[in-house]
Amino acid sequence: MVPKIMKQGRLAPWLYLFPALLIMGLYIIYPTIGTIRLSLLNYNSTASAATTCTANQPCWGIFENYRYALTNSEMLTALRNNALWLLVMVPATVIIGLLFALLADRVRYESLAKAVIFMPVAISFIGAGIIWRFVYYIETGTGAQIGLLDAIISGFGGKPVAWLSNPATNNFALMAVGVWLWAGFCMTILSAAIKGVSAEMLEAARVDGATEFQVFWNIMLPTIMPSIVVVTTTMFIIILKIFDVVFVMTGGNFGTEVIANRMFNLIVTNAGRSTAIAVVLIALTIPIMIFNVDRFRKEEMAR
Amino acid sequence: MNAFQSLNKIFRRLPLHLAIIVMCLLWIIPTLGLFVTSFRSREAVRTSGWWSAFLPQPKVGLPEYTQYCASCHGADGRTIQTADLSDPDLVNQFPRAANLLVMLKQPVNGSSHLINPPLPADAKTALSTLAPIITYMQTLGGTNTQNQLTLNNYVDSLVGYKGTQDYSTDCQQKVPSTLAKYKCNISDLLNPEGMGAAFINTVLVSVPATLLVIIFAALAAYAFAWLDFPGRHWLFALLVGLQVIPLQMSLVPIAQLYVKLGLQSSFLGIWLFHVGFGLPYAIYLIRNFIGGLPRDVFESAYLDGASHWTAFRRLALPLAMPAIGALGIFQFIWVWNDFLVAKIFLNTHPVLTVQITNLLDPRGGNWHILTGAAFLSFIIPMVVFFAFQRSFVRGLLAGSVKG
Repeated sequence: MVPKIMKQGRLAPWLYLFPALLIMGLYIIYPTIGTIRLSLLNYNSTASAATTCTANQPCWGIFENYRYALTNSEMLTALRNNALWLLVMVPATVIIGLLFALLADRVRYESLAKAVIFMPVAISFIGAGIIWRFVYYIETGTGAQIGLLDAIISGFGGKPVAWLSNPATNNFALMAVGVWLWAGFCMTILSAAIKGVSAEMLEAARVDGATEFQVFWNIMLPTIMPSIVVVTTTMFIIILKIFDVVFVMTGGNFGTEVIANRMFNLIVTNAGRSTAIAVVLIALTIPIMIFNVDRFRKEEMAR
Repeated sequence: MNAFQSLNKIFRRLPLHLAIIVMCLLWIIPTLGLFVTSFRSREAVRTSGWWSAFLPQPKVGLPEYTQYCASCHGADGRTIQTADLSDPDLVNQFPRAANLLVMLKQPVNGSSHLINPPLPADAKTALSTLAPIITYMQTLGGTNTQNQLTLNNYVDSLVGYKGTQDYSTDCQQKVPSTLAKYKCNISDLLNPEGMGAAFINTVLVSVPATLLVIIFAALAAYAFAWLDFPGRHWLFALLVGLQVIPLQMSLVPIAQLYVKLGLQSSFLGIWLFHVGFGLPYAIYLIRNFIGGLPRDVFESAYLDGASHWTAFRRLALPLAMPAIGALGIFQFIWVWNDFLVAKIFLNTHPVLTVQITNLLDPRGGNWHILTGAAFLSFIIPMVVFFAFQRSFVRGLLAGSVKG
């Protein structure tokens, strides 16, 4: 609450807010409107998108770019892959993060172990792509396998796997990189939440004869649920926009395309389609946005 | 607790320790692999896994040498004094096995050079037999550097050198074709295609982008926390919503706007873009911290005649330093590691991440440069991360809904 005693000029707050509001308006709000407008225009924004329709082909009129964004086969692959990323990676990062936070909580070298898992957060996606090239590389010629995974497989006499170009493995190979990058982020937030659970309560439950699993399920989990929700929604947003990992490791080839990479590829050649994809992307974030604002309002009321 | 009990306890906890250690190993091995690789020669990077740096190396060419040469030249290559095979100068006369092949077919002292066994008749087999002999002669002469650790990958990536040999060798041998853009002195560190120049560009992008976010966010956060104005709650809720807007949303309109304003590929343009997308989270974070400061402090300052501006500079800013520090680290690492924004808005002055992708050869011929380049890009975020880990974590915990 603002203390009533502190007088202020009527303009004063706006002077403090002005630079921030101006820049956010210019870089977030104005472009959002601009993007919606451009998504209804053709590839170089000179005419309506309806003019790009070809005769005797399905046409969505002014929403022609959205026909591309929602029905084109490459886009369908991208949408399917994004759904796969969300379905696999959100639970994977949250569960691995939570598991590691719980385990590390019980040992003396906790901070060291946590630093190891958290470290990739400081590494760029591009750097991570280089790191993992040396894990996934397959030597198709006669030379030795220099990729770690295929070296292990051939060491046991198996047949090397083309991790990044085989459609059966490549999406999961990329997701493993994502988990490696982001599990530490989830772990850090969840670890702080675990530290906040009252030790007496846990002890009391143990004295009453609850198993470790019951203690976790009935006491720990409900208490840290708000943090799990925060982590899950944050991961949802991060993964929805996943781009760099795919860009640097496969370039979206071999069936690994994702929405943001498609959008990036079209930026120069087709602004209309590119922005239509951006609008699809933001439409997917709206539920999270509403959820976050709602949660924020409840928190403010509780203050 | 007796010895048996404590031993029992250790055994009961063994699975726990094992699980943690296995996970830590899984997490660290990929990075460790790249780190080791970055010190290996380009030939070694291409032909063997990084772990072989820790294994005893088989002597390449030893069987061939024994079969063809050892009977005359001896195991150490020194038996014939006039043709000391362990002499690096002599070895350098046979840079390629083809030359050696020609030499070996020539008669020496009236009889064929190779008497027993004779060289395989077909040229291809002969070449593949003789090539390892050169390698073995280099090993004898101590010039085989393949398995030695080297800093060449770092040097090559710093100057952005893409020749068929490494930069320092080419500079010594003055290979003109690939050295056109290089002077072979310290000024090459600033070659625009290298990581050295990219490093400077990245600093020029990240530092102002971080400072500007801190300044503008602190001002706005003060207003949200300690000033009263209509629409205050509504505006702040909007801010929470803005945090999740993907920056992809702004790329095309801003790129078009920059063309009109002549801001494409300018540092100002990229600073402002990063500031725009850093602000919602930054304001949220600092406002929550400043808003949590005790009210009495601000009230008594006001009773003592302080204006809001004074209260902001003398009270809010110093007291909010923990939050500002956390935010600064967060934003700095964020901007430092950014690829997409820099790729689109600062193409003529590539930052580290963009430069790495420029060095990437689609045919995979220069992996060795990428290893050095990747580690050069990690240095600063790693130092910042380990030096300020606590602040970084605090920054994550305070908001953790950054878009």
